[in-house]
This record gives sequence, C-alpha cells and structure tokens, in this order.
Amino acid sequence: MNTQVIHWFKFASPQNFYNLAGRMWPWFATLATLLTAVGLWISFFVAPTDAQQGEGYRIIFVHVPTSQMSMFIYIVMAAWAGFGLAFNTRLSGMMASALAPTGALFAFLSLVTGALWGKPMWGAWWVWDARLTSELILLFLYLGFLALQASIDDPRRADKACAVLALVGVVNVPIIYFSVKWWNTLHQGASVSLTRSPTMASTMLWGMLIMVVACWMYAITIALLRVRNIILERERHTEWVKHALE
Amino acid sequence: MKKLGLASVMLALMRREFAVALRQKGEVLTPLVFFVVVASLFPLGVGPESALLLRMAPGVLWVSALLAAMLSLQRLFATDYTDGSLEQMALSSTPLGLLVVAKALSHFLLSGLPLVMMAPVLGLQFGLDGRALGILMLTLLLGTPTLSLIGSIGAALTLGVRGAGVLLSLLILPLYIPVLIFGAGAVEADAAGLGFGGHLSLLAALFVLSVFFAPLATTTALRISLE
Repeated sequence: MNTQVIHWFKFASPQNFYNLAGRMWPWFATLATLLTAVGLWISFFVAPTDAQQGEGYRIIFVHVPTSQMSMFIYIVMAAWAGFGLAFNTRLSGMMASALAPTGALFAFLSLVTGALWGKPMWGAWWVWDARLTSELILLFLYLGFLALQASIDDPRRADKACAVLALVGVVNVPIIYFSVKWWNTLHQGASVSLTRSPTMASTMLWGMLIMVVACWMYAITIALLRVRNIILERERHTEWVKHALE
Repeated sequence: MKKLGLASVMLALMRREFAVALRQKGEVLTPLVFFVVVASLFPLGVGPESALLLRMAPGVLWVSALLAAMLSLQRLFATDYTDGSLEQMALSSTPLGLLVVAKALSHFLLSGLPLVMMAPVLGLQFGLDGRALGILMLTLLLGTPTLSLIGSIGAALTLGVRGAGVLLSLLILPLYIPVLIFGAGAVEADAAGLGFGGHLSLLAALFVLSVFFAPLATTTALRISLE
C-alpha cells in the first residue's frame, strides 16, 4: 500500500494557495447559489405561516444565519491571526484580513434584519437587549480591525498588529457579552423575551439550516476570492504573478 | 555599574515618567479639565431637572472619565517612540512587560487618580449623596487602572500610525464597555438596594485579568511597532 503524505504547509505559500483557491472557489460558489435558491424557496413558499407572527417572521431565515456567521467569522479570523503570530506565516494574516469585511457585512446585515423584524413584532426598531447590544459591539470590533488594517501601510506590520487586536477582541467578546447581559437585567429593559422561542415546524428548521449552510458557502467563496486579490496585490513584484496575470 | 533589581528599574522608570509629566503640566491637566467640561455639558444638554440628573450621574461621570483617560493614552508611548528611548527599553535586559506595567501604573497615577479625586466634586453637582459619592470613587479607583492597562494595548498598536488618536478610540472604546457597565452599575445597584459588592468584585476581576493579559498583548504590539 502506498500511503501518500499531503504536505499541508505547501499551501502556506501564497503562490500555491492562490492556485488552490482558484480551483476551489467555483465549487463553493455553485454550492452557495444552489443552497441559497433552495433555502429561499423553502423559506418563502414551503414553510408555513407562523401562528403568532404571520408572514413577518420569514426574515428569520436571513437574520439567524447572518448573526451566526458574524460571530463565527470573528472566531475564525482570530484563529487565523493567532496562527499567523505563532508560525509567522504570511498567508494567515491575508486570510484574516480577507475574512474581516465579510464578517463586518454579516454583523451589519444581522442588525438591519433584526431592526426590520423588530419593528412589526415589538413596535420598535431597536431595543437595548443584551443580544442586540453585543452584536452592535461586535460590529464595532470589526470596524476597529478594518480601520487599523487600513491605517498601517506596511502589510506585514498591519497583519501582525491586527492579529494582536483580533486576539484581544476574541478574549473580550464573552466578557462583553456577559457584562451587557447583566447590565440588561439590572435595567429591566424592554419586556420582550428573545430567549423563549416557540417550537418550530420542521420545514422552518430545515429552511433555516439550509440558509445557514448557504451563508457558510458564500463566506468561504468570498474569502477565497478576496484572498486571491490580496495575494496578487502583495506579491505583484514577483515573477509568478506576472505569469499568472498574462 | 551597579546591577539594578527589577523593582528599582520599575521605580526609576516611574520617577522618570513623573518628572516628564511635571515639566509639561498641561498634559496632565488637560484630561482633567476635559473631564470637568464634558460632565458639565450633560446637564446643559438634557436640562436641569434634578431627578433626571441624579439618575444619570454615575453613567455620565463614568463615560466622561473614560473619555478623559483615553485622551492621555496616546502620550503613553508616543514620545518615547519618537525619541528612540522605547527602542532602548525593548533592548534592555529588563522584561518589556514589566516596563509596560510601570508605564501603565504611572499613567493611572497621573491621569486616573486625578479623575478619582475630581469625581466627587462633579458628583455633588449632580446631587449624589455621600454614600453614592463614596461608591463612585471606589469604582473609579478600581476601574481606572484597568482602563490604563487595556488602553496601553491600543496605544502600542497605533504607534506611529496615521490618525492614531481617532483610531485609538475606535479600537479601545468597545473593550472599555465591561468596565463602564460594572463601574456605573455599582452606584445604581446600591441605589436600587441590590448592594454593590458584586460589581466591585467583577471590577477587581477585570483588573486582575488585565494585569495579567494586557502587558502580554502590549509587549507583542510594541515589538511589532518597533520592527
């Protein structure tokens, strides 16, 4: 038997990863398109109308995946950042900076869809609920990351500085979440309970799960495309980039 | 040359920070004046109704103190960075983390402690009673060192960066939120009859966490900035 060893670190080189990402992204893009189509079809036409919330609840199929992704991408970003600091690999920093705009976008979308959902259901665009507030703070953390990245000219230094910031942020996210939660209970905020969700019909659950996976695929596609651009931009002085662009 | 112990190196660095600060008194006084001005703006903005002001007081004073403490953060490493002494500190045999702690401690003594002293005067203007003033001072005393320590991370990250001042506030303010919540919350919790011990313990926990982790992050950030 011939066991083949895969050299994973081979793909830590930007040139190899550029090619790998180029081969991978069409697959993820196809999956993202298909799953979004199926997910939206289920959420608009198959899932039953909610007994309490009517048709308005259907925004949940966008709201839940975007909120989830916004939190998850921050963790993945911090993981790449930590990886980059530990192993001093260039690609890790590029991956972290490729993920940040997508994460910020998801955080923003989650706030917007939440507001659009909140207005008809609670009669308010915004309540100072613990989850809403911490999502807002998460958006601030993303914006800080992007601003720091933008203001340092040397890309290597920018990557490392942002890596420290992302790691500090990821340590702080749970602390912020629990402090905001406590702050909220002390103040006896709006009298809506977000935690007590009614049991869902299984088609609703399926629609949501499919949309979650679709968002995953979308995020991966965009991150791969963006990291390809970042690689080209940073390696533009090299010979292989000149060949690749011919 | 005599070999200095770690504690005496830290003391020497703090003495130097004090000497520099006392020669540029404006830099110590400006945040303090800023604190007073910002806190005085709130009654002008929301109206002089005393019940409302009393309710807002802890939050307003804490937010103002937070902004004032941040104002002086940029100075923490910037001058040492431009004149090269920061590089010497990084090269010295003393662990950079200890020097960072010494610098953060002197930042607290020079900018945080004056705020703690000034807070009761402003609190009186908002109509806080003696007990509330005491709790407010206690929370500020526990909270402002944490602000200096967390702030040092931001100050180190933004060294020699374009538009460092605004960037620093964008990076650091979200991280200040827990301190703000427990600091201002203690006074309110006591007023509501819930007791403020829990808030103080959490502030102390945040302080301990930041003493441990912040110098680590700051040193990494400083080394990146000095590369």
